Amino acid sequence: MTASLVPARRRSAGQLLLLAPALVVGALMLAPLFDLVLRALEADAATVTSLLLRPRTFELLVNTAALAAGVLVLATLIALPLAWLTTRTDLPGRRILNVLAVLPLAVPGYVMAYALIGLSGNYGFMNAVFGVTLPRPQGWLGATLALSLYTYPYLYLNLRAALSGLDQTLEESARALGCGPREVFTRVTLPHLMPAMMAGWLVIGLYTIGDFGAVALMRYEVFSYALYLAYSSAFDRLYAAWIALILVVIALAVVWWEARLREDIRLARTGSGSGVRPRLTALPPLACAAAYGFSGTVVLAALGLPVAVLSFWLLREPVWPVLPDLLRSFSQSLSAAAPAALLAVLLALPVAVLAVRFPSPISNFVNRLAFIGYAVPALAFALAFVFFALEAAPFLYQTQALLVLVYALAFLALALGPIRSALYQARPNLEDSARSLGYGPVGTFIHVVLPCIRRGVTAGLVLVFVVAMKELPIAFLLSPAGFRPLAIQLFSRTSEGMLIAAAPYAAAIIAFSGLTVAAVLRHEGRLE
Amino acid sequence: MNRSRCCLIAAAVLAAVPATAQNLTLYSGRGETLVSPIVAAFTEETGIEVDVRYAGTSELAVLLQEEGEASPADLFWSQDPGALGAVADLLAELPAEITDLVPSALRDDEGRWIATSGRQRVLVVSTERVEEEEIPESILDLTGEEYRGRVGWAPTNGSFQLHVTAMREALGEEETREWLEAMVANEAVVFSNNAAIVQGIADGEADFGLVNNYYLPRFLASDPEFPVRIAHFADGDVGNLLSVAAIGITASSDQQEEAAAFVEFLLSPQAQQYFASQVKEYPVTSSVVLDSDQPTLDMLETSAPDIDLNSLSDLEGTLELLREAGLL
Repeated sequence: MTASLVPARRRSAGQLLLLAPALVVGALMLAPLFDLVLRALEADAATVTSLLLRPRTFELLVNTAALAAGVLVLATLIALPLAWLTTRTDLPGRRILNVLAVLPLAVPGYVMAYALIGLSGNYGFMNAVFGVTLPRPQGWLGATLALSLYTYPYLYLNLRAALSGLDQTLEESARALGCGPREVFTRVTLPHLMPAMMAGWLVIGLYTIGDFGAVALMRYEVFSYALYLAYSSAFDRLYAAWIALILVVIALAVVWWEARLREDIRLARTGSGSGVRPRLTALPPLACAAAYGFSGTVVLAALGLPVAVLSFWLLREPVWPVLPDLLRSFSQSLSAAAPAALLAVLLALPVAVLAVRFPSPISNFVNRLAFIGYAVPALAFALAFVFFALEAAPFLYQTQALLVLVYALAFLALALGPIRSALYQARPNLEDSARSLGYGPVGTFIHVVLPCIRRGVTAGLVLVFVVAMKELPIAFLLSPAGFRPLAIQLFSRTSEGMLIAAAPYAAAIIAFSGLTVAAVLRHEGRLE
Repeated sequence: MNRSRCCLIAAAVLAAVPATAQNLTLYSGRGETLVSPIVAAFTEETGIEVDVRYAGTSELAVLLQEEGEASPADLFWSQDPGALGAVADLLAELPAEITDLVPSALRDDEGRWIATSGRQRVLVVSTERVEEEEIPESILDLTGEEYRGRVGWAPTNGSFQLHVTAMREALGEEETREWLEAMVANEAVVFSNNAAIVQGIADGEADFGLVNNYYLPRFLASDPEFPVRIAHFADGDVGNLLSVAAIGITASSDQQEEAAAFVEFLLSPQAQQYFASQVKEYPVTSSVVLDSDQPTLDMLETSAPDIDLNSLSDLEGTLELLREAGLL
């Protein structure tokens, strides 16, 4: 519709120009997965059944489901009250609480796991400070704690947006019709929060299924950990390929299921007039105290704990001897993350323009493909590229170029989102004017479109950059020899039980991500 | 915002400058903390830079098989001779002046790999929760009821996997399988590596652990009160396996000379002294001054089972066995 002013001939020229790179993106997403399937099918049926139909596979399935359920429940129990407190009550200090509630995003799951482990044991924080030797957190409980404390902000942000956007008149009508506060919440508020809830659950669920750092450090045997074991301890290609495929199927099923559920929900206002912003609930003193108790516990666990444990380990030995190593690791992380961010944005641009300006079945299809890298668990995605490079592109094998490419593909969706939103807001008739004034499609894009969507492009760059800086599983499989980014250094030291040596790397990751999360929050604050 | 974007782009351009091609590439199945100091010393002495890929020993062995001729690796330094045996047909024959540096029992019969340091598999026990009479005569006794849930092991670790290969050699396939299954049934505690086992015993997660001899001294060096000590099985028991870390040069390497220089460096008095006094392994050459409490390889031979290191190359069979036992 938006493109209807452009003459058909020009439109198809622009479309063709965009379609080629967009299709390349789609092919890059799919080809390694096809390769993975071929690999998996190489074996004869008997081998495969004996590999898959054993108690261990069932155990892994149960553990994966139990972990996902545990993380979703705990994250919801944390995020929902927090979101309500910061949007719907007059709790003093709720603005600060809002910032504190989002900051744990800076502490990746494997760092959180490191902090929980550092708390316990003979040399642990608790024993040194309070003389209590805690058992090492591990298994389901340890992994659930580490992952929920890191991922709940994704749900919190979604719920917060939904709660502050919810039409107050609905709740008032329910109250007028005789519902008590609890009924209003369960029958009106909660159902309206469901889309936000599911969006948050989807992100957390996919992350949990794909996480490998936290489950490996907590020694909890889920599919991604089994994939890591099959690969790292035996380089068992066939079994690894099959586990990777199972992970892909689980992830795609989750995405499909979430989309199905969302389709059935109809919640938009139908009446005339505009929605009313929610009024703030006045909390009585006792409730205030309870609210502080709750949010204090969450902040202490999600932020205080890693910071305290890290400071404790950092102070055990001087940091300066490892500074050169630390700096080298940091610059290596940088040298993969920065080009990956750039490449992700370059790849996302044609896909986004195609989706927004030339909607068609094929552009929709390519757009769906662009999300594969994000939905497929990172370890499985990276493994597919290991196989693919070995067979089809040996010149890329074990190169930094491949690592950068896979980062760009895995995080393409992160760049695509803001760029697409910016394109929707940019007025297409500006582009039409440029075209009628004699600019070609490329000229129009560079001189008119790009300046309009600058904000979206920057947001995409920053998002991919930050996520790639602390990425672990892909780096684990695809780092070339001698390439030791921060996440790998931290992981290998922690898994060898060397918590003191790991501390500077954990601190660097938290400091870096903390700064960027704070910067993003400030940026958002300015937009509001 | 614009400035930060410029920074990003500048960083991206800087990052795209490729590393120099003349570096040696070392695949190391040995951990970074043990390896990186000696690699740094080599670079300092020769000026040759080394890129190290750290990973599991078995992973690297199978990776080498997968990569074949195309492998970027010049050297493969393994936690055990078994993994090198498994890829021996991809390795170049080492020059005689290098192989002559160690006794013939400590290298490949055909000169394709050579030991760099010796180590022994040992039992480590908690000083707080284990009495002297609880220490078993044989590794096979650990399946007993009194050890239920108390023994830590690392089935994914290269040294452990070599140990299983040695048990298959000494006891036969069936008995080894039964032992593995009985250990699993006896709730042996799974750790990811040797260091984690030692730390885990101090932290109370297990009371006994199957590890290499040199991990505990590292902990004791920084804390003499560390609540773990070394115990041995009875003399000649397969649990006391004597093994070596070993290295080989890939046949596909186009830097044979530099790679040979690295191997020679590992056998130099300086490096052997490092393995003995810093890593607490056993030197494989006779050029080293030992601490008075440190045994030489010869002294260990009474306690160790009589197993030829050249017979331990069936890594694939061991992995298969571990898989069947549900450990991989």
